[in-house]
Amino acid sequence: MNPQTAEPETAQFARLAEFIDGLGLGHEPDERQAALIEVLHEAQEIFGYLPEDVQEFVAEKLRLPLGRVFGVISFYHYFTAEPRGKHQINCCLGTACFVRGAEKIIEQFEDTLGIKMGEVTPDKNFSLGTLRCVGACSLAPVVIVDGKTYGRVTPEQAAEIIAEYN
Amino acid sequence: MIKFTSRQDLEAYAGNLRGGEPAPTKILIGMSTCGRASGAEEVYRALIDAAQQHGLDNVSIVKTGCVGLCHAEPLVEVEEPGHPRVTIGDVDPGRAREIIEAVATNAKIPHPYTLGMGIYAKQERIALRNCGRIDPEQIDEYIRTGGYRQLASAIFDKPPEDIIETVKASGLRGRGGGGFPTGIKWAAARKAEGSPKYIVCNADEGDPGAFMDRSILEGDPYSVIEAMAIAGYAVGANKGFIYVRAEYPLAIHHLRVAVERARQHGLLGANILGSDFSFDLKMKFGAGAFVCGEETALLRSIEGSRGQPTVKPPFPAQAGLWGKPTVVNNVETFANIVPILEKGSDWFRSIGTENSPGTKVFALAGNVKNVGLVEVPMGTTLNEIIHDLGGGSRSGKPVKAVQTGGPSGGCIPSEKFDTPIDYDNLIELGSMMGSGGMIVMDEDTSMIGIARFYLQFTCDESCGKCTLCRLGTKRLLQLLDKLLAGAGGPEDIDELQTLGQCVKDGSLCGLGKTAPNPILSTLRWYRKEYDDLAYGGKMIYRIVAEKCIGCTACAKACPAECIEGEKKEPHTIRQEDCIQCGTCIEKCNTGAIIRAAAECAGAR
Repeated sequence: MNPQTAEPETAQFARLAEFIDGLGLGHEPDERQAALIEVLHEAQEIFGYLPEDVQEFVAEKLRLPLGRVFGVISFYHYFTAEPRGKHQINCCLGTACFVRGAEKIIEQFEDTLGIKMGEVTPDKNFSLGTLRCVGACSLAPVVIVDGKTYGRVTPEQAAEIIAEYN
Repeated sequence: MIKFTSRQDLEAYAGNLRGGEPAPTKILIGMSTCGRASGAEEVYRALIDAAQQHGLDNVSIVKTGCVGLCHAEPLVEVEEPGHPRVTIGDVDPGRAREIIEAVATNAKIPHPYTLGMGIYAKQERIALRNCGRIDPEQIDEYIRTGGYRQLASAIFDKPPEDIIETVKASGLRGRGGGGFPTGIKWAAARKAEGSPKYIVCNADEGDPGAFMDRSILEGDPYSVIEAMAIAGYAVGANKGFIYVRAEYPLAIHHLRVAVERARQHGLLGANILGSDFSFDLKMKFGAGAFVCGEETALLRSIEGSRGQPTVKPPFPAQAGLWGKPTVVNNVETFANIVPILEKGSDWFRSIGTENSPGTKVFALAGNVKNVGLVEVPMGTTLNEIIHDLGGGSRSGKPVKAVQTGGPSGGCIPSEKFDTPIDYDNLIELGSMMGSGGMIVMDEDTSMIGIARFYLQFTCDESCGKCTLCRLGTKRLLQLLDKLLAGAGGPEDIDELQTLGQCVKDGSLCGLGKTAPNPILSTLRWYRKEYDDLAYGGKMIYRIVAEKCIGCTACAKACPAECIEGEKKEPHTIRQEDCIQCGTCIEKCNTGAIIRAAAECAGAR
């Protein structure tokens, strides 16, 4: 059982295999390489993160060197090889948010959760991260939890937002 | 859904859409990302419920894209036949019910939003022409406004060279920041040998503080898709890619729907409108790497590799995706194509300036009253944008500077606000157009702080290929931190200047070539702030006795309890206990607290 999700791992691998087969890729290496980022998006969606065995699986399915797969994962911020918390709290660090005090919001979340940016709480319920501009600048400062946008956040609200997911 | 197999099919279909019953009352609600996050979904449901209760069946309630008045979201607009359009801002479910009631009883619409209405007067909406006017999920609405007529006319009436000639003559320059003439790009790709050729739309809008591309994709995706097909016809390409940031889920959703609908109607795919021209699109998603907004890096990312830029020349128009000729244009550039073909290059040239024709969309954000999207003719001055359209600073304090061009741009001081904006003038001022983000800052903002913010950004986002970008930005950051900690001296300012120039000269792509701009531009216009730090030590907070009314708001809020003074008497800050948190500045009711280098604040 994958600790990140309730689904058994074999079922997760089966889903990923089905997704890759469904792309209808030919034998051209260029074409297989071009599908890599799309496949990794799907894999991270299924597994929550991209551990080594998932990377090996993707490499084998796409017939690419494992190093190439890892190289792409390490290059793009969105992909992570480390497990994440059940809920992902992301503070926007765009300019508008910065000018309106995003740093104080981040400090407040760090203090309340007792972790630093990029870390996961010991109970694995939350991980804390930053985002580049999400383009919702009129709502600055912005915090996004599992895809839900909170606008005009104040430091006092940090605890309230966390409580919603506890 | 009807598949059009000839031009006549499309024209007949459009004719049907335009004919028929007179337009009923239309209630538009802005449902872009900002609208939704401000509660537009509840408002939409309240509108529907109330309309049902009142038995209103001649009213259509339309979900639309960004209207541009982002600070007043959720926004509702009411269009009644024979009446001027009424905009209502800050709508909640209660107001929504009042609006429906007014429509049902033919009463005056309550809470009209008038404050920013001058905003529309100065604007000239070309790229944003349909945003906030149509339902982006319905292709019918786009076709009704004349959509796809230009694609049909291109395929059946014009040789590809004519289209390229028109785009060239219009003088349209790339709206993604570089400002390269679009027509010349297309001509080069058409002439280049190699097959297949590709059209790529750069929708990797990474500049923090810029959101016009997101708004266009969310509010009017078809205009971009149609323009890409026209570009395909003009350069001889049958395949296109749209590269979108993964951070824009709603834009991705609307694009997906739009591509699917266009395919079903035979407006994308094999033999468009029964002609022998075929063109199809594939969407590709970014994965959070700012450098992928650079065109060669973006192409590597579409190929599924690490997004590292490559040397130019060869330019993508000669050797792009998989080494084949490729046109890369940004979203806003594509959004200008259909109007140019419809109204002609002379019309386009009549707007804007000689060297920068047309309009530009700016995203106004930061410390400004009316946060939002404005589209103005090139040559409009910064004063007009920031004060007339933006309403000045939100804090009410004087505007100190505006930052344009994101991490590649620079800060422009308020003394220069009468400069007409175009590509060349902004470069002259040490900044650049970039994608059009404008962050307004008031006098409390530390210019070195903002330079540090952007530098941290480019330092994190440097792909690591060029040594000067990878290590130079890091070293610049260390120097800034040394200054900010009060440990720096004049020699550090000199090093910032020389190293900044070296990073510019020694980097391959736009990211590194412009990374030092935030420092160099603030050094140019705000040298005193650097000098204060270099000579005077660290920054401190201080209360200006003449302005302090002794209301005790700061003392109560201070977490370090280091503000003292009698009620109704000027207060002071015990510097040795101050933790530099800035809470006092926020709480102060009279603007009596300033942050400045210790020496010039007169405290040492």
